[in-house]
Formats: sequence, C-alpha cells, structure tokens
Amino acid sequence: MSAMLETRGLCKSFGALEVARDVNFRLERGARHALIGPNGAGKTTFINLLTGVLPPSRGSVLLEDEDVTSLPQARRVKRGIARTFQINQLFRGLTVQENVCIAVSERLGVGGSMLRAAGRRADVLDEATRLIDMLKLGENAGRRIGELPYGRQRLVEIAIALGLQPRVLLLDEPAAGIPSAESHILLDAIATLPKDIAVLIIEHDMDLVFRFAERITVLVSGAVFAEGTPTEIAGNREVRSVYLGTALNA
Amino acid sequence: MNAATELARRHRLRWWEALPWIASLACFFAFPNYLAFATQVLITILFALSLDLVLGYAGIVTLGHAAFFGAGAYTVGMLAMHLGWNEPFSGLLAAALVAGAIGLASGLVLLRTHGLALLMLTLCTMALLEQAANMGAAWTGGFDGMPGLSFSKILGLFGFDVLYYRSQYLYALAVLFVCFAIVRTLIYSSFGQSLTGIRENLLRMHAVGAPVRARQVLAYTISAALAGVAGALFTQANGYVSIQAVLGLERSAGIMIVLILGGYGRLYGAFVGAIVYMLLEHLLAKAYPTAWQLGLGVTLIAVALFARNGVIGMFDALRRRLDGPA
Repeated sequence: MSAMLETRGLCKSFGALEVARDVNFRLERGARHALIGPNGAGKTTFINLLTGVLPPSRGSVLLEDEDVTSLPQARRVKRGIARTFQINQLFRGLTVQENVCIAVSERLGVGGSMLRAAGRRADVLDEATRLIDMLKLGENAGRRIGELPYGRQRLVEIAIALGLQPRVLLLDEPAAGIPSAESHILLDAIATLPKDIAVLIIEHDMDLVFRFAERITVLVSGAVFAEGTPTEIAGNREVRSVYLGTALNA
Repeated sequence: MNAATELARRHRLRWWEALPWIASLACFFAFPNYLAFATQVLITILFALSLDLVLGYAGIVTLGHAAFFGAGAYTVGMLAMHLGWNEPFSGLLAAALVAGAIGLASGLVLLRTHGLALLMLTLCTMALLEQAANMGAAWTGGFDGMPGLSFSKILGLFGFDVLYYRSQYLYALAVLFVCFAIVRTLIYSSFGQSLTGIRENLLRMHAVGAPVRARQVLAYTISAALAGVAGALFTQANGYVSIQAVLGLERSAGIMIVLILGGYGRLYGAFVGAIVYMLLEHLLAKAYPTAWQLGLGVTLIAVALFARNGVIGMFDALRRRLDGPA
C-alpha cells in the first residue's frame, strides 16, 4: 500500500555541508509519527524539503505515489501538505480571527475574490470560529497576534494549519513555548483530528512524543539513525546514548 | 461582540465615511476661489490611494510610482494632441489601460525581487519612461511637454475651464469617488486580506498555499491603472502635460511622503496625507518662498519620530488609549 508521504534518497547540501543524507522515510495514512533528534540533526530542514521551501539536491518526495519534488510550496499545500513553524510565522498586525480566516479562505479558493467583503463570508468566518474555539482561543479571537503571549500564538499556528484541512500535517515543535498547563489543548486538538490525516511531529518534549506517537524516527546528522515504535526506540541503547539519554534525563 | 461579528462590522460601510464626500462637496460652495488648488488635492488623493494599495496593503516598496501617473498623463495628452481624441471619460479609460499594461509588464519582472533591488528597479522603470518622454519629442513634446491641450465637455455639458476649475473639481471628485469605491471594495475583500497577509508575513502566505506573486502582480497592475487615471485627470484638469509635472523622482517621493504623513495601509491615510501635505506646501511656500521645504522637512522628521503611523495612526493610538485596555 502506498504511503501518504514518502521520501526516496532525499539529500540536501549547502556547499560542503550535508544537511540531509539519503533520507528514505514513509509517513503512512493516518500515522501519528514523531521525528526526533539532537539540535542540528536536520529535522526542520527535512520539513522544509517536504513542503518545498527548499529544493533537494537529490532524491524525491512523493505524496500518495505522486512525485511532488518539483512542485512549489503553494501547490503542495493545495495537494494537502500543511505545516507549522518552529518559530511562529503569523500575521502579527492582524487578529487571531483574521489569521485563521486567511488560511480558510485560501483552502476554499476564495482568497483571490475581490468583490465580497471578507467579513461577510459566513462560510469562512464560521469555520475559522470553530477552529479557534477548538483550540480554546475564543477569548483571544479579536486580539492582534502581537498582543498575545507566545504560547497562545503557538496555538494560532496550529489553527492556521488545521484551517487548510491537510491530508499531511507537519508540526515543527508545536509545544515549544506553550505552558505545560496548556499543552493538553494541543494534544486534545491533535486527538480530534480525523484519523485519515497523517501527522508528523518534531518535538523535544519526550513526554509529549511518547504520548502522541505510534512510530518514531530518529534523525542524526541529516540521516535516519533509527526508526520504530516508541517502545523500540525507548529500548534502543544507541538512541539513548546519542539523544534520548539526555532528553529523558532532562 | 465576538470576533467574527466585529470583523463583519468593520467591513460594513460606516456613517462617518460619508463625511469626506460631504466636506468635499461643501468645499465647492465654500471656497470657489480655491477650486484649482482643491482639484490638485483630489488628484493627489487618488494618486496616493493607488500607491497605498501596493505600499500600504501589499507591502511593495516602490520609488517609481510616478511612472504610471506619467503614463496616464501622457496617454490622454498624446491622444488629444495627435489623434484628436479628447473625450474625457474614454481618455481616462485609455490611460488606465496603458498604465495598467505597463504595471503588468514591469510587475511581472520587478516583483521577482524585493528590498533594495526592487526599490532600485522601480526607480529605473520610472527613469526609463522619463527618458522616453524626453526623447520622443515628436509625440510627447520632449522637455517642453504638451501645453494648451483642450478636452471636450464632460457628458457634453460641462466644459473644462483652466481659469475657474468648477467642472474640473466636480469631475475629479466623481472620478475619485468611483476609484475610492473600487479600492475600498478590494481591500476589504478576501483579496485585500491576502494582500495584507503578504505584507505581514510572506513566508506564512506561501505556507497557506496563496499564489503570492500572482496576487502581488495583480495588485501592482490595478494600482498602476489607478495611478494612470490620476495622471490623466491631471492632464485633463490643467490642459497640459510635461515631464517635470508628472514624472521624476520628486513626484514619486512626494506621493510616498503624502502617504507617510497620512498613514499608509489605512484607506483614509491618502486623504489626510494629501490635504496636510498640500496645505503645508501651499502655506509654507506663501510664507517662506525660498525656504518652504525646510518646514516640510521638519514636519516629516516630527512624523517619523513621534507619529510613525501618520496622522491617522496618531488618532488611532489616542482612541485606543482613551478606550483603555481590551
């Protein structure tokens, strides 16, 4: 059976520096997959290669067996690949509601509509409101992003990604900056996602990773170091020595 | 009130939006001796409004917007001078088409760049047109331009009179109203919202699947067409066109100053900026004929230091302070 998202021999170099080395990776339909590794392992670069922010030096990216390697980022989004960013990338001068509306408008194909006021598009507004409520952002909906605490902004990142109704959702350190008392909101949101959406999460919070993931890939120096179920990864002595030992003891 | 209702309310027409138009009509009766000046203010508002669409909303920084103003101004001038085509409304349409076509062609190339490169390339585009107008003297009148142009009556009823400007004022006001309605509709639409998104965070707009460059080029083209209409109005109202009047860095930079003064990305910033700038220019030039630009410079420094979002931004901040924290 074809994977939802797959990479074959994916490589990326910046001059002599290899940041992705022959990465073969499969994200199955409906997967809850985590990508872990030490800082500088190339995790975010890998997400950038999957989403088309960076072109690979070699290798290919396949979405349900269709080669999307040469597609620009916007067209990959239309095919169903959505992401969040490690460092918030939001429309800081706009309200939470407007941030989510922009994403929903693009997905519904009305982002280029010139005649009807955005504030009169009930379909867009209703869906944005639903997502905002789902992420417990209702009381902040009318506030500008710049006025929100960082943790709340992280949740807006996720609301925007969900507004695109992705088939593949790539979450780059979604819990970073979210107070531990609010991290359950994030997990609840992920838990309510339709089961056919494949989710790949990059995260340093091992508690969250082991609660969320059904499968884990460990990336070290741009290459796949190990892959397996959470139990297999937790029991892997080499993984513990290069990464988990420090992460689990932290 | 929830955020969705608040957004819908913000996009609805509000009662006070009628005030600028009522005030403009009142000016017609209250200041009949200043209609020439007031007509120039209206044209400047339209030009600034066109720049606001790209600079204020789409975040495209340009120093060459006078290229489109000049293209529109020369289009109606050349049509009237060489082809005898002096019907005002179709002249405006032709000017919009020519300026829009130049905007589209240059936008497709220039908007691949950004930052300083974009700034320089927009300036170069304007300089190229300026030189073309200078060198194509057989068509453009060269350095001297085209004086003494005449246009047929508006709707066959109201003639242009370069001494009294009564018709010109109402004509410019009507054209500004129509163009403003177009810009207002655009910026409150989903398209306008996506332009703001592009200005706020280009990376995120790509990540939500928006065709960013196509939107930028479209906004640039529409803006160019509107600037072309402003330029055409200038030629029709004054009965002449020349390089110094409609092209050049001074024209481009001047309109950016107007927008900075009023507040960019604020729809009514163009109105406030144009009025403040032209009144300052008029009054300072009258009081200090040799040093009036000094006063303008001091005002700009004050705005840059204390009112970065322009006059409208200053009032917004004041209103927020009075309202207290949300």
